[in-house]
Amino acid sequence: MSSPETTPSVGTARVKRGMAEMLKGGVIMDVVTPDQAKIAEDAGAVAVMALERVPADIRAQGGVSRMSDPDMIDGIISAVSIPVMAKARIGHFAEAQVLQSLGVDYVDESEVLTPADYANHIDKWRFTVPFVCGATNLGEALRRITEGAAMIRSKGEAGTGDVSNAVTHMRTIRAELKRLSSLPEDELYVAAKELQAPYELVAEVAREGKLPVVLFTAGGIATPADAAMMMQLGAEGVFVGSGIFKSGNPAQRAAAIVKATTFFDDPDVIAKVSRGLGEAMVGINVDDIPVPHRLAERGW
Amino acid sequence: MSTPTVGVLALQGDVREHARSLVESGAVAVAVRRPEELDQVDALVIPGGESTTMWKLAVAFEMFDPIQQRVKAGMPAYGSCAGMIMLADRIEGGIEGQQTLGGLDMVVRRNAFGRQVDSFEYDLDLPGIQGFRAIFIRAPWVESVGNDVEVLARAGDRIVAVRQGPLLATSFHPELTGDARVHSYFVEMVREL
Repeated sequence: MSSPETTPSVGTARVKRGMAEMLKGGVIMDVVTPDQAKIAEDAGAVAVMALERVPADIRAQGGVSRMSDPDMIDGIISAVSIPVMAKARIGHFAEAQVLQSLGVDYVDESEVLTPADYANHIDKWRFTVPFVCGATNLGEALRRITEGAAMIRSKGEAGTGDVSNAVTHMRTIRAELKRLSSLPEDELYVAAKELQAPYELVAEVAREGKLPVVLFTAGGIATPADAAMMMQLGAEGVFVGSGIFKSGNPAQRAAAIVKATTFFDDPDVIAKVSRGLGEAMVGINVDDIPVPHRLAERGW
Repeated sequence: MSTPTVGVLALQGDVREHARSLVESGAVAVAVRRPEELDQVDALVIPGGESTTMWKLAVAFEMFDPIQQRVKAGMPAYGSCAGMIMLADRIEGGIEGQQTLGGLDMVVRRNAFGRQVDSFEYDLDLPGIQGFRAIFIRAPWVESVGNDVEVLARAGDRIVAVRQGPLLATSFHPELTGDARVHSYFVEMVREL
């Protein structure tokens, strides 16, 4: 585009955060092949998340888990017209550079993959592509936003089909937001110190009563009722990982979760879409997972 | 109708941002997910979001035909981005079988400006609105328009804002900027009709 008076600016905070605004009220589905991506698109997903193995398989198979093969990401990008996200390891800025060059629409700096740096997350301001990051509490969310994250999701405990950790994380973030917005201004300095986040951002969040970016939920969502519950707890949209393609009837379950996310506050709709979905993913109780194998505790 | 009631189609997308700009423009804004909610509104905004998702949900929850009938009967409607796609009579780059509500005699190309890394901000002029900071996100553009469609704005040589009678559409997202002038333009259209 060549206009004499203005030139377009790409990669601005508004463009990055705005992309996440467009996903609100929608479901983003983990896919490992172009065929799965197509099923997700046909079911009404607002975006797909390309990854090498779904969290349930990462958990079962062990080993180091990394960014997907570029050929697979290309295949998924060609298969669908909805946005394609992909996961990079925490701190692995080179994987993120590759994903940006492949043209993915959002990078998930994800605890589901094996972290590449145990001290630093990726400096996300350096990228044109926007990032989504996981958080278990408000301080973690604010630290990721400070590093340039344009969207936040609860971590939950991925690959379990157990929604309890996602619930804990959403409730924690919600309670901490409420508390922060009730504080008198002179207490925000200490609040910033406790949250380990910059004062200006903390003051902004206290004033608005919400994060400056979209907040989704992720980790353990396996049924329409799970999605509805998380939306009622304040999530603005839903990531579903293993819950769809590890279930008996992925296409039908995916469409049901999409409908439940839109009508999250209407039990009649949730009841209707929950019928006849077949087997849900078997799942693992988070309590049965030894602490060193819990993914939500990666990242800080 | 000095304070029109404007619905925002709330199946998916940035509903709250549109509602805020509508309120700032002097309208009452309500979320619309059900046919009976559609009956209560004077006009409808179709927000930004994912057009394939909105289409599927509109069909599944029996909203597609009622909205189409209201639009045909002359209800004012405004669509931004995915909403522009929904209001186009014809689209390019849709998924197999993708239907639109239609109403605007034009061809819209989905994701025409590219992927997210190509998304951009750009200053535009619209009739009566100078220097509007427009945010384009995986945005469509208008390939061609019929005789009755008025082109309101271009980005470079691409058509990005149009009006045909009571219908308004933009490729970009005025709801994301906090600048309510495009929404005020629409609310004024609703008042006049």
